[in-house]
Amino acid sequence: MVAQDAHAHAGPQGFIRKYVFSLDHKVIGLQYYFLALSAVFVGMFLSLLMRIHMIWPTAILPIIGEIKPETYLQLLTMHGTIMVFFVLTTAPQSGFGNYFLPIQIGAPDMAFPVLNMLSFWTTFVAYMVLLAAFFVTGGAPLHGWTGYAPLSALTNSGPGEQLGADLWITSIAIFCIASLMGALNFITTVLDLRCKGMTMMRMPLTCWSWFITAILGLLAFGVLLSAGILLLLDRNLGTSFYVPLVVVNGQIMGHKGGSPLLWQHLFWFFGHPEVYIAILPGMGVASQLLSTFARKPIFGYKAMVYALMAIGVLGFGVWGHHMFMSGMSPYSAFAFSIMTMAIGVPSAIKTFNWLGTLYKAKIRFQTPMLYAIGFVSLFVSGGLSGPFLAQPVLDIPLHDTAFVVGHFHLIMGVAAIFGMFAGTYYWFPKMFGRMMNESLGRIHFVITLIGTYCIFMPMHYLGMAGQPRRYSQFTELAYLQNLMPLNRFITYAAIVTVAAQLIFVINLFWSMFKGPKATDNPWEATTLEWTTATPPPHDNFGGHTPVVYHGPYEYSVPGAAKDYIMQTDPAGVPTH
Amino acid sequence: MATFSSTIRVPQTSKGGGGTPPPVRGGGDGGRGDGDPDYGRRLRRVRVGLAIGLTSVVMIFVSLTSAYIVRRGLPTFDDHTGTYIQDWIPVQLPLALLLINTALLAASSLTAEFARRQITRQAALAPVRSIPGVSLGQESGFPWLALTVVLGLGFLTGQWLAWRELAERGFYLATSASSSFVYLLTAVHGVHLLGGILVLLYAATVSLLHKPVEGRRIVVDVTAWYWHFMFVLWLGIFALLWFVR
Amino acid sequence: MGLALLVIIWLITFFSTYFFVAQTWWLPHGAAKAAAFIDGQFALTYILMGIVFVAAQGALGYLVWKYRASANNGPVGYSHGNTKLELIWTTLTAILFIGLNLMGSHVWASERFDPAGPGSVPVEVTGMQFAWYFRYPGADGKYGRTEPKLMDPSAGSEAAVGLDTTDPAAKDDIVTGTMYLPVNREVDLTLRAVDVIHSFFVPSFRFKQDAVPGLIIHMHFTPTEIGEYEIACAELCGLGHYKMHGMVHVVSQEDFDKWLAAREAEKQ
Repeated sequence: MVAQDAHAHAGPQGFIRKYVFSLDHKVIGLQYYFLALSAVFVGMFLSLLMRIHMIWPTAILPIIGEIKPETYLQLLTMHGTIMVFFVLTTAPQSGFGNYFLPIQIGAPDMAFPVLNMLSFWTTFVAYMVLLAAFFVTGGAPLHGWTGYAPLSALTNSGPGEQLGADLWITSIAIFCIASLMGALNFITTVLDLRCKGMTMMRMPLTCWSWFITAILGLLAFGVLLSAGILLLLDRNLGTSFYVPLVVVNGQIMGHKGGSPLLWQHLFWFFGHPEVYIAILPGMGVASQLLSTFARKPIFGYKAMVYALMAIGVLGFGVWGHHMFMSGMSPYSAFAFSIMTMAIGVPSAIKTFNWLGTLYKAKIRFQTPMLYAIGFVSLFVSGGLSGPFLAQPVLDIPLHDTAFVVGHFHLIMGVAAIFGMFAGTYYWFPKMFGRMMNESLGRIHFVITLIGTYCIFMPMHYLGMAGQPRRYSQFTELAYLQNLMPLNRFITYAAIVTVAAQLIFVINLFWSMFKGPKATDNPWEATTLEWTTATPPPHDNFGGHTPVVYHGPYEYSVPGAAKDYIMQTDPAGVPTH
Repeated sequence: MATFSSTIRVPQTSKGGGGTPPPVRGGGDGGRGDGDPDYGRRLRRVRVGLAIGLTSVVMIFVSLTSAYIVRRGLPTFDDHTGTYIQDWIPVQLPLALLLINTALLAASSLTAEFARRQITRQAALAPVRSIPGVSLGQESGFPWLALTVVLGLGFLTGQWLAWRELAERGFYLATSASSSFVYLLTAVHGVHLLGGILVLLYAATVSLLHKPVEGRRIVVDVTAWYWHFMFVLWLGIFALLWFVR
Repeated sequence: MGLALLVIIWLITFFSTYFFVAQTWWLPHGAAKAAAFIDGQFALTYILMGIVFVAAQGALGYLVWKYRASANNGPVGYSHGNTKLELIWTTLTAILFIGLNLMGSHVWASERFDPAGPGSVPVEVTGMQFAWYFRYPGADGKYGRTEPKLMDPSAGSEAAVGLDTTDPAAKDDIVTGTMYLPVNREVDLTLRAVDVIHSFFVPSFRFKQDAVPGLIIHMHFTPTEIGEYEIACAELCGLGHYKMHGMVHVVSQEDFDKWLAAREAEKQ
């Protein structure tokens, strides 16, 4: 092999190798991020159409025309699927994780760069297959992102349940494979590529969250893949895994003996860890940013790590709380409910520790910090509706109502998104060499925080009043009529909040080209990505491997010259 | 230094990396990765990756197995009698054929192991061979890899014949829950085994193109371990289908 | 910005809590025996969670204001945590959460572990795309046989559930599209579904249970007030999910007997 330059070998040349099929984790991270960005706008647009239809069911919209009840359900299904998979499972983990995990642990790339490239393009194919469902005969499926059988297993149960549903399942199956590839890469990278001095307990909490999220994905996505295969077989090859003897519109279908609950068990065994996959990286980012901008070590680093692990482990034992009303044994329900209350404990610990980090701190309010603070508030709000739903007896009035929709949107649809905003504003300077605009950031933050609370907090009231979810309109039930003003309020809040996201997009793209140039460490942070150039060179550290001397949150160390000590700085630090 | 442009032009290494190892830098790196000279470390890394990846395969089979076991015990409501009845029909498996297939797969696991050890030896001796003037003679090794592929294909053919036999006995995919599971479990296993065969074919092809033996060793080593896993998995599936029928 | 955050967070907390406390939009009036138990547990939960909510959000708002960098509060309290504090608040949280759950568990047990008592009114509810049918077993107290191949929703209620009229036990079965129940008597509910999963939800009774094809699910509840109560389908079942509703009429025992007799007469 030819003698190499001291600065390691250079990156690839040519547009295709550099930007399309790049093996560089930084490029791949951005590819994931922009895929998620496009998906979130599609998802938001779908939800806007849904909200408009809910309050004006007979309206004829420009271009789109009339939205029929089945169309509403198709929008709903695709909204959920796109948001959960292509936004919440993609940007926080595969987007930021891909870009910053290797750098934060002092590695030049992920363990398997070719696999990394393949996992992005596989995700992209999955995305395309999903979107294709809109354009085939019958359109997208209408069975909800949870795809309960037999509704999803019978090709004549409704419009979109033919080719559209098959494409939906296929897309998810492809996504499972892509996620498993990514999980493999992340776990191997954390185990094997940490630089000298970077012990597991010196890793930033972002790395811990990406690591544990990857383990959750590794164990959960295979089960979803199995579930999807069984569903495809029931739909197309006449098997009866999920479908018992059923009669649709007077016609006996050719199935016998299947169990609809089997789908629910398999789906939710995946589905519950999935929601932790969606939130854990946001928790990691929140911890990171709260410490950095409070100029104080994270309160209880070890407890935070154990809490992440506990959430991960317990997350596999609670899936039945989605099935309290399903016909499952009430004794199992009791067991699942105890586990579910238990999983609230590590989440509470994390919240206490975030608050503890702010106590006696010196808080700086740059935009990333605003989002981290917003994350904590939203996590508290969304989390505290959990103990209602975790009790089977309270789940009786609340299951499948707007209460649940408010609960999971506050956590996944807002807190997790705030984690992504926080990560964007925080890491933007490192990725693009420029700063995002602070004023636009503040305005975006305030409108989005207030706006999302206005959208999702009222849903709890609607749920308590008995408003079911997945209803395309509320015209048929008398007891829902006096809830219409609140529904209208939510829709107006949604329109304003979605419009305000343009501020973020404008800030993002404008700043990429015209933002003020950034220094290497604009936030005066301590972790490894801030020791290297902006943007980082191809191998992340310009030919040398960093050596780490202490943990990631050494801020305001008494007696130190500056109020932060970088991980690579051998300066003495009180032992802990 | 900017990320996306580089003023340093290094001639691209050939696919799979060159011959003489460059100075040790440590750590896996970007680019094609095969330029990493520390093959020992790389082997370990790929083995770790395989173990992690196989965990997800285990989860697929755990979920299918638990679905199988639960379904077997689940009664079905019968409208005629208005009661729940057990409707699990044990499948008449073509036992002899499946035992032959198992023997084929066992043999292939053995040959895969010989192939793995053979290339390990070759990789260990490669630095010695590169010393000028040293000749260890041409090592024309037994084609263990090729034999593994043949035996693997034999197994898959045997599985297909087993399916034909099942069909002849009246058990098709949708005949009953039990038959659905038999076809499903054997198919999912077969697909994974086929994946292993394709990788072995790749390893065999790569050797014909005279890539460095250290890199090839990693491929063969990890595929051999994967192959052994597939064999043990088959034993598990076979045991489930036979003893829990 | 610290002050702005405090104001925003506290205002959000205030308004969210206000509408809970004022019960502006609330659980509908409870008209079944379980409602008192369930509403009691609900109140306990929302009071405790409400306190935690206000405390946590309040603390967050206060801390970001008090410890803002511009406030010159003195040196940063450098600390990596406090193990004792961690153990204390972990234990307290565990006791709160698990204790809360255990307190409500007896209600779940009485609702779900035990079958209906003797003397309860048997009613079978069948859900299908997109209507509910109700079957009363008649004088013999036995439900007649239903056959999938006899199911024809376009031919009336009996045909919709596929009633096999050749079965002697089916002769006195009454199938209607409206549910009538006598007040203060336990209902022995049998829940079925014909095509996909539906869910029988009567908000006023605090009753919900999925109707699953392939399963016969037995439940019970006791309506305690005469009135008319809406049934909503609470599991996505297709394009008509939003309009798959029904009505429960809770009447006196006398009126219930009269109604049943009138339905029997119609069958002749």
